[in-house]
Amino acid sequence: MGATPRPGDPAITPALVADHGLTPDEYDRLVTMLGRTPTLTEVGIISALWSEHCSYKHSRPILRTLPTKAPHVLQGPGENAGVISIGDGLAVAFKIESHNHPSAVEPYQGAATGVGGILRDVFTMGARPIALLNSLRFGSLESPRVRWLVAGVVKGIGDYGNCVGIPTVAGEVVFDPSYEGNPLVNAMCVGLLKESDLIRAKAQGVGNPVIAVGARTGRDGIHGAAFASEDLTEASEAKRPQVQVGDPFTEKLLLEASLELITSGHIVAIQDMGAAGLTSSSAEMAERGDVGVTIDTTKVPVREPGMTPYEILLSESQERMLVVARRGHEDAVRAILEKWDLVAEVIGEVIAEPVYRVTEGSHVVAEFPGSRLVTDCPVYHPEAREGDEVRALRARDVHAIPERPEEADPFWTLTELLSSPTIASKTWIHRQYDSTVRGQTVVGPGHGDAAVVRIPGTTKAIALKTDCNGRYVYLEPRTGGRIAVAEAARNVACTGARPMAITNCLNFGNPKRPEIFFQFREAVGGMGDACTALGTPVTGGNVSFYNESPGRAVFPTPTIGMVGLIDHVEQCVGGAFTTAGDAIVLLGEPTDELGASEYLSRIHGVTAGAPPRCDLERERLLVDVLLSAIGAGLVRSAHDCSDGGLAVALAESAMMNADAPHGFTVDLSSFHLPTRALLFGEAQGRVVVSTPDPQAILQVAAQRGLPATLLGTVGAPGAEAVIQVGGARHVTPIARLATAFHDSIPNLMARVAVSSDDAATAGSAH
Amino acid sequence: MKFGIVLFPGTNRDGDAWDAVTGPLGATAVRLWHKDHDLQGADVVILPGGFSYGDYLRAGAIARFSPIMQEVAAFARSGGPVIGICNGFQILCEAHLLPGALLRNASLQFRSMPVTLRVENAATRFTNQYRAGQLLRVPIAHGDGRFAIDPDGLRALEDAGQVVFRYTDRHGVPTEGANPNGSLDNIAGIINATGNVMGLMPHPENAIDPMLGSTDGLGIFTSLLAHVGA
Repeated sequence: MGATPRPGDPAITPALVADHGLTPDEYDRLVTMLGRTPTLTEVGIISALWSEHCSYKHSRPILRTLPTKAPHVLQGPGENAGVISIGDGLAVAFKIESHNHPSAVEPYQGAATGVGGILRDVFTMGARPIALLNSLRFGSLESPRVRWLVAGVVKGIGDYGNCVGIPTVAGEVVFDPSYEGNPLVNAMCVGLLKESDLIRAKAQGVGNPVIAVGARTGRDGIHGAAFASEDLTEASEAKRPQVQVGDPFTEKLLLEASLELITSGHIVAIQDMGAAGLTSSSAEMAERGDVGVTIDTTKVPVREPGMTPYEILLSESQERMLVVARRGHEDAVRAILEKWDLVAEVIGEVIAEPVYRVTEGSHVVAEFPGSRLVTDCPVYHPEAREGDEVRALRARDVHAIPERPEEADPFWTLTELLSSPTIASKTWIHRQYDSTVRGQTVVGPGHGDAAVVRIPGTTKAIALKTDCNGRYVYLEPRTGGRIAVAEAARNVACTGARPMAITNCLNFGNPKRPEIFFQFREAVGGMGDACTALGTPVTGGNVSFYNESPGRAVFPTPTIGMVGLIDHVEQCVGGAFTTAGDAIVLLGEPTDELGASEYLSRIHGVTAGAPPRCDLERERLLVDVLLSAIGAGLVRSAHDCSDGGLAVALAESAMMNADAPHGFTVDLSSFHLPTRALLFGEAQGRVVVSTPDPQAILQVAAQRGLPATLLGTVGAPGAEAVIQVGGARHVTPIARLATAFHDSIPNLMARVAVSSDDAATAGSAH
Repeated sequence: MKFGIVLFPGTNRDGDAWDAVTGPLGATAVRLWHKDHDLQGADVVILPGGFSYGDYLRAGAIARFSPIMQEVAAFARSGGPVIGICNGFQILCEAHLLPGALLRNASLQFRSMPVTLRVENAATRFTNQYRAGQLLRVPIAHGDGRFAIDPDGLRALEDAGQVVFRYTDRHGVPTEGANPNGSLDNIAGIINATGNVMGLMPHPENAIDPMLGSTDGLGIFTSLLAHVGA
């Protein structure tokens, strides 16, 4: 039979097909699948499901190369979130996802709904969310428009997570002009569940009812998935109405109702209506269960009358779930939703006939055979070729760049780096996020290399971190991809956690450009190398292409969200020096590498050179040494050397406790390296620890063949920073460094425009 | 001793309050559902933090009309101890069980950070385990915490010792810099004239565990136990 057009539907013309983002080939594929001309509703459905955002049509073959298995992985990629066992019958579900384009045009709602979406991905697995993280990239804070974006994104993240009552515990924020027109907003959520409560989004049981629960469906967010699958242009501002509006209060009710539903036994599957809304949730649930499904759009609870099936199917109204219940349990499902003042309506059912059918009353408006609307999606293998520009930048001899005269005082350079917004204290941001709610945050934002969140009822805790240095990935994608994973592992290990698994959010430009697809292929390859070496499989994530604004793509930014496990939470350590007189030991060793560094960028305005080498065997060794030393109670603080190198790591450990910044004295004379590479180079595989027993730590390192060096001593609170290097002794008050570190972002953010128009005006005035 | 912890739609620190009274204190607790009219024999009622009814209209403005609040108000008027934390403080003000109001933070931003509190009145049933002038380290997490009241009301509060906690610097001085939200006279917590209803913006229930940085909040709960035991 098949579907027939609704009265008044426009004719299916090449222009209409193009407006839906479908290529002529993709349209032909659709016609072949159906054996007839599609209806408007069917074109709408396919435009959403075959959008890059939903279909992964350019990324799937590359993603398949990633390692995804380990004994502790209970659920790998392909579900709403990945799940790993942490023992004691408990598991954590976690996932990271992008909300870049919505945030670029409407930062507050874009970021807020990004948090809402990732929360739902986690609680649909049967997990109670226990922590949020976010990974943000913006242009230079000198730009008024960027300051407006930062203020809006931060407020959006805060207002949503704070209201739902999930602590925001960690994240990272990087500023670079490459992100000027296209900020990155990646949100990660981690939830805790009993292994026995794990539920999957797989429709089952012929005759079982399909139920829409949560908020009503409105006209917001239609074509959001398609908007996420194209470059940002000057016309993108006009797409602000495609950005959804979040309601964290409804989300909190939906969270409680969903967890109650899952443990009630009345349902067999549940999925968030996220990108492409009802369309993708229903089609994907049917595909996973290998069953047919029929949906009547007149049954869907709507906010306004007169909505067409097309609008109902493609709406991205927030805080909605699709549930497959057990037949006969409809009233029980309704009662749970009513308790939480939410609606639940039966809108369809699971059927034996292998078909995906949408009706408007009795009129069939869309009908696809089997699950082919999901499985027939085209897969592309674009050309990959490194760009000449990047090759030339990487080849540049950065050691030939002359030092500036001020650099004779290394504390001048250090002060400049500490005030670089990428390195400077992010307190201005994270003090707007509730990090203490739920009462389990042992190490919160700004106090360690990773957040530490306790698991109630056990001695355990999990360590969480997001990471990626896009400049490294830009200059050498494979190395950059490896480092992103290695650094995230190092960060969780610095708290005493064994790295367990990752989720990733792959933010790249337009994959149809060979130089972008090269970055993607190589970065994912590097990530896979590191995941294999470090034993941290990939359990899922998200690909965000088309992060471009007129003129250029963002730095390729494959953000890693790492989960680590601590067996005995009382052993965990933070990043700040705690005790005057403790010894400072460097695990790992410095090199003469200077390429791709924050130093070159901040001090010399140069993005060039090769990123530091990443020796994965050495990284694995470092994790082992850290865990042994921390487990033996030898470590009072641990902090890795990353942006800004050894000098910045020392200063950060000294100042991380803003109330009592410690002085420090180190002697680096034993390293025969150029001073600026020694102090500010970003050699990988290094961690600065403080300890009452340096000999014991040096011995642990020596036993495993990891180089380690005693550098000096932690000073008293408020004392001086002293560095002996290159035959000279440099001294400065720690207060000078602390001021640079703590005041930089507040000073820059002191003037924030109130709207994008103001920002644009201000921009032209400066 | 039995604590009744009220659960409104949007309450999110109910679990934190539960852990604080049932964990280190070993007291029992029950959750009181907003649609019910039953305090289930609770000896103390806690209105915990969160965003009741989404804080729509005004923080706490809708919660005061809920069925359970009719019972809480009657309990309070008959002398029963009630403590409102953060959103609970806002609800108590909206319900006129405490004087004054809580406005948007002066910064117009949410604030999540540890603060120093000075105990101004250690002679209440909520603070008898503290010393007057004692400094406490307790986290805050709110966007609407700026305490405001008319001048006569302020004078009455101060004269009667109804200001229980004040934000100070680490030396106990109530400076402007130590005031996280612009509250009048750095006021962080107050008590009613009859001494049985207290509201405060900071979260003592998140300062009960050395691993989380502070146990200074425990005193409020042990004070209640001591008062009932006395």
